[in-house]
Amino acid sequence: MPITEDDIRKIAALAHLEISEDELHTLAPQIASIVSYVEQLNELDTSRVEPAIGGLTPEGARTAAAREDEARPSLGQALALEQAPDPAHGHFRVPKVLGGSETKENF
Amino acid sequence: MTVPGNTIELISARVAGGETTARAVAEAAVSAAENLNGALNAFLQIDREGALRRAAELDGGGRAEGVSLLRGVPVAVKDNICVRGLQATCGSRILAGYHPPYDATVIERLSAAGAVVVGKTNCDEFAMGSSNENSAFGPVRNPWDTERVPGGSSGGSAAAVAARVVPAALGSETGGSVRQPAALCGIVGVKPTYGRVSRYGLVAFGSSLDQVSVFGLTVRDAAAVLQTIAGRDERDATTADVPVPDYAAGLAGDIRGARIGVPRALLGEGVDADVRLRVEEAIEAYRDLGAEVVDVELPHAKYSIAVYYILATAEASSNLARYDGVRYGYRAEDPEDLRRMYRRTREEGFGAEVKRRVMLGTYVLSSGYYDAYYLKAQQVRTLIRRDFLDAFERCDAVLTPTTPTPAFRLGEKTGDPLSMYLSDIYTCMANLAGVPGVSVPCGLSSAGLPVGFQLMGRHWGESDILRLAHAYEHTHPLTERPRVMAGGQLESTHDDD
Repeated sequence: MPITEDDIRKIAALAHLEISEDELHTLAPQIASIVSYVEQLNELDTSRVEPAIGGLTPEGARTAAAREDEARPSLGQALALEQAPDPAHGHFRVPKVLGGSETKENF
Repeated sequence: MTVPGNTIELISARVAGGETTARAVAEAAVSAAENLNGALNAFLQIDREGALRRAAELDGGGRAEGVSLLRGVPVAVKDNICVRGLQATCGSRILAGYHPPYDATVIERLSAAGAVVVGKTNCDEFAMGSSNENSAFGPVRNPWDTERVPGGSSGGSAAAVAARVVPAALGSETGGSVRQPAALCGIVGVKPTYGRVSRYGLVAFGSSLDQVSVFGLTVRDAAAVLQTIAGRDERDATTADVPVPDYAAGLAGDIRGARIGVPRALLGEGVDADVRLRVEEAIEAYRDLGAEVVDVELPHAKYSIAVYYILATAEASSNLARYDGVRYGYRAEDPEDLRRMYRRTREEGFGAEVKRRVMLGTYVLSSGYYDAYYLKAQQVRTLIRRDFLDAFERCDAVLTPTTPTPAFRLGEKTGDPLSMYLSDIYTCMANLAGVPGVSVPCGLSSAGLPVGFQLMGRHWGESDILRLAHAYEHTHPLTERPRVMAGGQLESTHDDD
């Protein structure tokens, strides 16, 4: 399925990337060419093959990863805010969620 | 004969024996890092003060436990691994100025063993690249020829070790980013089994693929570092509860009768003639050492790059969603609203390759495409893993070239992303299957550039591939020196050797 510039615009929006028209013109053929390359996987019949999800080794799969649900010290507010671009009153301050032409629907 | 430079073995013995001090060793490493950074750009941050302070502590009898082989040994750390108090930019503008408030597990373990972190090394942005040309802070240059790439994404760590600034360094692999630069820089690179080493404090790129990995001047040295950092970590649920063997103990063992599997079909077109020659010589060397060489097939390995560029980009698109200007790192100036802040921050903060991969990953995971791409790739991943399990019925290790060519020139492949991706053709299959791999230098090309071969082993079988690697290296060490190299063998206070 050929990838159009419009597809790229939609993907950029999903990925929260404000790409320029110039970038669009460069990226579209590059992404199309990579997607075309990976489509060679369709040569293979994988109808009876399990996806490799949930562990690459039996030892990994059977390692118990849960711990007791008990409160432990964590990073703490001060350290968590230390690198913040705009900390305020113990919070991460950000611009208003909705600007002029924004609606919840087109966020 | 032995490899040139001060190995961990040598440094450790001299410090322990009182012939030199941790402080003198650290001073030499920091100075070398500073002096060579103009030529190599291997380091993004050199911590002179911290390194000397830690070294002085060690000299004063300061606490160090565990494997004492690392006491006083200077190491470098890729800038996508968190060291408290030092930067972690991941080679990206979007994390410029970011200082993690914690140490990665691997750093805790190295420091507890007495290793001294000299600085953070340059890398491709968010570990995405095979040449270290995608760093926001300039490319790294190969110490063997500074017009050429060191490989990537862990190019800075590779260059630092190859130039003998430090005897060992940490990098990370998702598709071969330690083994590939190790081969291009003439040093040893080891990727552990997936789940062998904790990813806590390793900035995530492809979570089902990422592993902290090790560069060393020798197999023995790399094994010593691996020994120290490996093992179950409660803070990384993907580490496995498998005991860590004594890697050093088994290194010098007899390899007669070991079966080396060579997938001949993968050594066909696309391999540089010199690479093929050197690798064939290495295969012959294994025969001379008494190993048996057998043919194996990895029929689905040729699909590795396709599988990798679906899975790794999909996982990256998810892992990199956190870089949004809210809690840390770069934030676009004067954003109109929250949405524009996200979009502009990421547009301005990410480089081209990162954006390309995030978009690719977003595409393959988007509604309507998940089955066609992501699910399909996961299924082929199972086939690739099965190929290895089948191969290990007939052999103890699979041997291939590490890279299809020696180091290429800066700028040579940057115009065509796909051609750059194909540099990982031999390495990424191990990341997909989760098996361990080690790259070992096996000579130089006719142009004097390093060539490496790799051994891939069974899951949790690091001991076996390290022993096989050591056997080759012991009889065929790379004794040539790179053009750019830190001077000075360790000073001794009295005659020896």
